Amino acid sequence: MSQVGGLPIRVKQSRKVDPRLVRLFGWLVLGALLRLMTVTTEGTSTNHLLVVDAAFKSTKLIGWLVAGFIMWVLTELWRARKIGALVTSRTTGVRRQWRTVADRALSRRAALLAVVVAAIVLPQFLSEFYQRVLVDQVAVFVLLAVGLNVVVGWAGLLDLGYVAFFAIGAYTCAYFTGALPVAPPFTLNPFVILPVAVVVCLVAGLLLGAPTLRLRGDYLAIVTLGFHEIVQLFLVNKNNWTGGNQGVSKPVPHFSINLFGIHYKWTLASLPYWYLFIGMLAIVVFLFSRLEHSKVGRSWTAVREDEVAAAANGVPTVKYKLMAFAIGASTSGLAGVLYASRLGYINPASFPVVLSISVLSYVIFGGMGSIIGVIAGSALLTFLPAVFQEQNIVRQEDIPMWIGAILVTMMLVRPQGLIPSRRRRRELRLASEGVADADAMSEAPEGRGTG
Amino acid sequence: MCLSQHFWQFLVPGITLGCLYALIAIGYTLVYGVLQLINFAHSEVFMTGGFAGLFMVQALTNSGVVPHGAQSWLDMFLGLSCGAVFGGIVAFLLERVAYRPLRRRNAPRLIYLITAIGASLFLYNLAGKLFGRDKVNIPAMYTNGVVFTVFGAQVRVQQVIIICAAVGMMLLLDVVVNRTKLGSGIRAVAQDSRTASLMGVNINRVISQTFVIGGLLGGAAGFLFGAYLNVHYQMGFLPGIKGFAAAVLGGIGNIRGAMIGGLLLGIVESLSQSCMSSQWIDVVAFVVLILVLMFRPTGILGQRLGRAA
Amino acid sequence: MSATTAAEQVPRHAGASPLLAVHDVTLRFGGLTSLDHVDLTVERGAILAVIGPNGAGKTSLFNCLTGVYTPQEGTIELTTDGATTQLVTGSARRRRSRKPHVVNRIGVARTFQNIRLFAALSAFDNVKIAAETRGRTGPIGAMLRLPNARANDASSDALTEELLDFVALRPMADEVASSLSYGVQRRLEIARALATLPRLLLLDEPAAGTNPTEKLELERLIRRINAERGVTVLLIEHDMRLVMSVADEVTVLNFGKVIARGRPAEVQRDPAVVQAYLGTANDE
Repeated sequence: MSQVGGLPIRVKQSRKVDPRLVRLFGWLVLGALLRLMTVTTEGTSTNHLLVVDAAFKSTKLIGWLVAGFIMWVLTELWRARKIGALVTSRTTGVRRQWRTVADRALSRRAALLAVVVAAIVLPQFLSEFYQRVLVDQVAVFVLLAVGLNVVVGWAGLLDLGYVAFFAIGAYTCAYFTGALPVAPPFTLNPFVILPVAVVVCLVAGLLLGAPTLRLRGDYLAIVTLGFHEIVQLFLVNKNNWTGGNQGVSKPVPHFSINLFGIHYKWTLASLPYWYLFIGMLAIVVFLFSRLEHSKVGRSWTAVREDEVAAAANGVPTVKYKLMAFAIGASTSGLAGVLYASRLGYINPASFPVVLSISVLSYVIFGGMGSIIGVIAGSALLTFLPAVFQEQNIVRQEDIPMWIGAILVTMMLVRPQGLIPSRRRRRELRLASEGVADADAMSEAPEGRGTG
Repeated sequence: MCLSQHFWQFLVPGITLGCLYALIAIGYTLVYGVLQLINFAHSEVFMTGGFAGLFMVQALTNSGVVPHGAQSWLDMFLGLSCGAVFGGIVAFLLERVAYRPLRRRNAPRLIYLITAIGASLFLYNLAGKLFGRDKVNIPAMYTNGVVFTVFGAQVRVQQVIIICAAVGMMLLLDVVVNRTKLGSGIRAVAQDSRTASLMGVNINRVISQTFVIGGLLGGAAGFLFGAYLNVHYQMGFLPGIKGFAAAVLGGIGNIRGAMIGGLLLGIVESLSQSCMSSQWIDVVAFVVLILVLMFRPTGILGQRLGRAA
Repeated sequence: MSATTAAEQVPRHAGASPLLAVHDVTLRFGGLTSLDHVDLTVERGAILAVIGPNGAGKTSLFNCLTGVYTPQEGTIELTTDGATTQLVTGSARRRRSRKPHVVNRIGVARTFQNIRLFAALSAFDNVKIAAETRGRTGPIGAMLRLPNARANDASSDALTEELLDFVALRPMADEVASSLSYGVQRRLEIARALATLPRLLLLDEPAAGTNPTEKLELERLIRRINAERGVTVLLIEHDMRLVMSVADEVTVLNFGKVIARGRPAEVQRDPAVVQAYLGTANDE
């Protein structure tokens, strides 16, 4: 316990040190840490210091330390010149005036069109490997992130069991296509399963959300985390239902259309699946963006900003939270069906807890609450790791570590994300001025004051 | 019916596990008390304690002395201290690097939680990268013989050590929180941080101290847990969640509640082992957590650290 | 306490009962009694003021009325459209308040002592959120823009504009709420409360922090709310001049007890009231 007594003295001392030196120290430590993180060797359980050795007994360490030093110099210069910032802010003000609202709407349409055209045309020119990445990673996770954005970005709820619904959707698909050890009463085409899985996940979301959403928001995070763990355990341990760790017993069939004289069967080829996925994504994004600018979206904002005021003005807060939670869950289930059918094989290891956190980080990175930001963020964070992995720059095992680092950095430096929604950015600024709340984490407005 | 015959056999490991959960739960509860925030990264403090203790004991064992008598006590003590100190350091750094800038900015709670989750993800994967991803056993420090039996249940050296160490630390903590100036600072901030700062309490320092105390206990628990089972880069995840469940069970923000909650959770978990297959054990904590949140969200003892009613 | 269950069963002639009847309400926090057997009757169409020194329990009363707190004893009845609703239900052991949003739907709207607008939203959206809550648009209707959803949207737009006009905020409709001045924010909060089409409007210190001109405007606004929109008003206020000029009846709370009630002029002369106010003044 002597450290506790000793601590305050250390804190006092650091106050006397020139803050610039403290910052220099910080940058150097950051450089060393980055060196440690970029080592390509992997530690072993017999020689624990192998990696540390490899990292620090190498000339590359000096490179990173120098980089840290340069960053320090640059930031100190920037700090010193902050006084000149007035001038620049005035010019940006003018620029903002010059860009009118109509202008912005037009340019947004143009950008959207460009993205859609690029999404249709560009994959044709990619190699088979990157096409597969686009389908298996980018498309699936963008869809997941767009769904989680409803829960986290719009309703301000932290859902860490999001991927559990993804698993439920995927296993629903496996069940109704007869791929699980338990035989279904009838087998269905994956297309027909889509709405079924949506309903199943909606119900699962309501069942989980109804008892927990009345509580403090941060409990929700841990309960959903627990839910994910329970779903995992169920998938692993209920061998005779789910096939346990081995996963499905027969491959899940691909999508196929056999309607009105149109016959088409999706196969292992990636491109047809890509178009199917982005088609689905387009529908979801279209519906969600309508939702955002509707009564429902506004009510979510109200709940997020001031739950007490929202309730006092007739917004049923729990109902709206539950709605967001269920909509998120069903989007996740939808993605699950697409994923299961595309890969043909799923097992519990396809849905680890860390995946929920990864999807969360995509949403955060892109910018909570902004659909465009979330799509960009998740596309970037799923595509880039694949590139790095392909080029042998980053080991696959290290990706969660980088994701964690990105999450923390983002929260410290740019909590509003890459392409933030205007509302969110305003909320965060107001929160820092002590005016408003920006999440639905406070105590539920009802049920206090008894006893 | 399934309980009666094995009751004592399951009770002893239940108490052992419960003590460890209690130590972790205290970390959550302390931080919650002063910041009203769940420190998701606390499980990584626990993991750090496990690794730090492991390295210490490995170094001592490699020095060639066969564990016996005083040597084994020394190993144990040094391992425990090392785990605690490193747990404290990580907790301190977490607060300094991740939480304090957010606090200065008055960031919403969601941002805190996401930061904590990110930090947790980063730390355990960094540990996995540096120290390997296999389970490692801490070298034996003593012969794990039977000390005595209670109603046919054997109590082993290891269990006695864990229980004694945990109870000792908890008693010490209770004294620190209730009798010292440090403790009264923590209680003051927990009760009303704004008023406390007006009364001249240095809030930043108190928050740092709180993290360090939680970290010391968490790190020590990590070492004890590692010695009980093994050390692993993901070892913090489940005990972390269970520690949190224990903290909620006892009443989050309430230190004695965390102790009772941890003990109770460990016992319930262990006893339910006699009724269900061990694969499902981890579900018990979650079910307890959800039930508590539904029916008595303030926990057994309820209310916050230092608040009277 | 036994009156609670009895009152629920006895059918009443709605026409005869007042809009709001608070009977024998007691609210305790641990050992502290915030409201002590409070009775209050609000007749339809009246403007009523609740005054009292700080900590007298005025805001606690509002919180009981709107379902934020559940009083341990007493009944609160609201009679609208010929139907009487108990705002506190349940057995004597497990009492429950109607949830805040339910209370609002029954016809009680409120403003807050420390303004609680949706700070990052525009003035228009602030009001529109409240205007929309009565519509029955669900997520599917909103996603598909079904006719029902569009009609609801249009009607709430119209109501929002009407109310912004009513409080003379139309020119500032697109401004972000937090950027408005204090007095304007107060008016916006009133407009938001009116958007839920209440029968009873609770105003919690609407004049706090406003300047004399704004106070005059506010006085006029409260009268207009009462006269033009037919809303009964219950207000908490410290500004005696405002209370005297606007209120039909005044209830005085001190230490959670009703110490006087009557017409403003009478209350002002009541020795108990003078004691309550001057007594605190002498302590300084």
